[in-house]
Amino acid sequence: MTRRLFLLLLGNRLALAGLLVLAVLAAVAVVGPWLAPYDPNAVDVPGRLAGPSWAHPFGTDNLGRDVLSRVLVGARVSLQVGFVAVGISLTAGLLIGLVAGFYSGAADALLMRTMDVLFAFPAILLAIAVLAILGPGITNAMIAIGIVYTPIFARIVRAATLVVSAQLYVRAARAVGAGDLRILLRHVLPNIAAPVIVQTSLSLAFAILAEAALSFLGLGVQRPDPAWGRMLAEGRDFVSQAPWMGIFPGLAIFATVLAFNVVGDGLRDALDPRQRSVIESRGQG
Amino acid sequence: MAGDPVLSVRDLTVRIGTRRGVARVVNGVSYDVHPGETLAIVGESGSGKSVGALAVLGLLDEAATATGQVLLDGVDLLAAGERQLRRIRGNEIAMVFQDPMTSLNPVKTIGSQLVEPIELHGVATGAAARDRAVELLEQVGLPDARDRLGDYPHRFSGGMRQRVMIAMALACEPKVLLADEATTALDVTTQAQILEVVAGLQRRLGLAVVWITHDLGVVAGIADRVAVMYAGRILEQAPVDELYAAPRHPYTMGLLAAVPRVGADRPRRLTTIPGQPPDPTALPPGCAFHPRCGYRHDPRAATEVPPLRTVGPDHRVACFYDVVGGTATGTDGGDG
Repeated sequence: MTRRLFLLLLGNRLALAGLLVLAVLAAVAVVGPWLAPYDPNAVDVPGRLAGPSWAHPFGTDNLGRDVLSRVLVGARVSLQVGFVAVGISLTAGLLIGLVAGFYSGAADALLMRTMDVLFAFPAILLAIAVLAILGPGITNAMIAIGIVYTPIFARIVRAATLVVSAQLYVRAARAVGAGDLRILLRHVLPNIAAPVIVQTSLSLAFAILAEAALSFLGLGVQRPDPAWGRMLAEGRDFVSQAPWMGIFPGLAIFATVLAFNVVGDGLRDALDPRQRSVIESRGQG
Repeated sequence: MAGDPVLSVRDLTVRIGTRRGVARVVNGVSYDVHPGETLAIVGESGSGKSVGALAVLGLLDEAATATGQVLLDGVDLLAAGERQLRRIRGNEIAMVFQDPMTSLNPVKTIGSQLVEPIELHGVATGAAARDRAVELLEQVGLPDARDRLGDYPHRFSGGMRQRVMIAMALACEPKVLLADEATTALDVTTQAQILEVVAGLQRRLGLAVVWITHDLGVVAGIADRVAVMYAGRILEQAPVDELYAAPRHPYTMGLLAAVPRVGADRPRRLTTIPGQPPDPTALPPGCAFHPRCGYRHDPRAATEVPPLRTVGPDHRVACFYDVVGGTATGTDGGDG
């Protein structure tokens, strides 16, 4: 089953490309520090704000640090923030949304009004508030971003669960003796997967950018450690003098986000049985 | 009929809270079904026949409350806990729904859905469960059963899906099958095949069937006994031949008169019953059919609910007067 899904994903060229990009990113996240030609934190004031050259393919920043090295080393932190933060909001949002949508009534009202309160705050303000309580740092930043994006998942999951729970096949499953947990896991969850997957791939991108904003405020990744979001934010001050400071980490974020979205779309199609038979028949023909 | 009934519904009442007030959807319905027997429950849309069936299995929405008794082999399902109900549903009593296009989960294969009740009730697991699934699909007349286990529902036609639903319902050899408009969405040929499949299984397994429908043609073909429902009440209950030959309730007569007949001597206008079924949040006092009744010979019908009284062997009717051959004669009513 999983193997078949993987093969189907491979049959989709765009998703395959996305998967390759993600594989490269994952490799960089693991071995980035060894690939980096320079120490990412080595300051070289005389050589600052130098444009791309053979010595520094991505140029140097305002302190003369090698941008390529910082992009390579920063991959780990940025991907980690993306995955952990989205993992937190996905898990919490799924639980809250499933319970609220499936049981409705008082549980629904309580959970969703709580989500509404969280949703009412501007995302960054809420993250700052959470970090004010937890204290700054990369781990807390991931938790804060996870909390901020939970209501989005909860709402999407609840809406989809409401629709699916009312379907006749849920009642039919109950009629053959299936209990709540079984219905939720085996019947509701697979049917709400599509919107959740799309939201996950989008949120990964947002989370990486949110980390940038928090680091910019000094609440996330601490100086001088490199992270894409932070580099992008610092590059903003030098955008006319040294655009490469922002362009390269920006490109890295762009590639990551695009890859996640493309893979997310491919996954969604591969999970839809109707699409699946189309893909399969295309494969045979 | 001799022997103890396998399913015995006593004074089943369902109330649904709505924005416009409490809807009295089922109002004191009682019936018995014996092993191997088919009881047809007929009625218009909104007569409470589907809600009544869902109540039997405890599948009503939260806004609905059911009272009365539903005895399955002596166990009251309305008083049973959710755990106990889960063991009984699909195992001792099963249900097939009206719309085969939406009663299968679109993202799961036919095989995994068929295997679900088999594994859930501990009949078999793993490969044995799949073998059982194949056997069931063959029983309901689905060709190439083994090859089709891995297919998704969208590759099946409505008739095939309904066969799968019946196979699922019968997976654990239940004692009672509730079929809620199970052939309504299908074309006549498929309908006839499905009816034949159920009849065959019934002969083999001694299954009791409650067939809920508004199609009097289906009723004539499969039922042993018929209960006619209107506004949540049973107005008349009789063996099928007797009901068709000698209906006693004005509503039953109206229904039968509204059935088009192929090959009648000369074409005639279809008879209809004037008016609409009553709103369940505002049922009229007395006989619910009274405002539409063409006879209305007894003033009590406007204020009192006529009780079911016996008018023949296994024939009961809820009407204050006897309507025979189109003329009504008063009776002293309620002799039970």
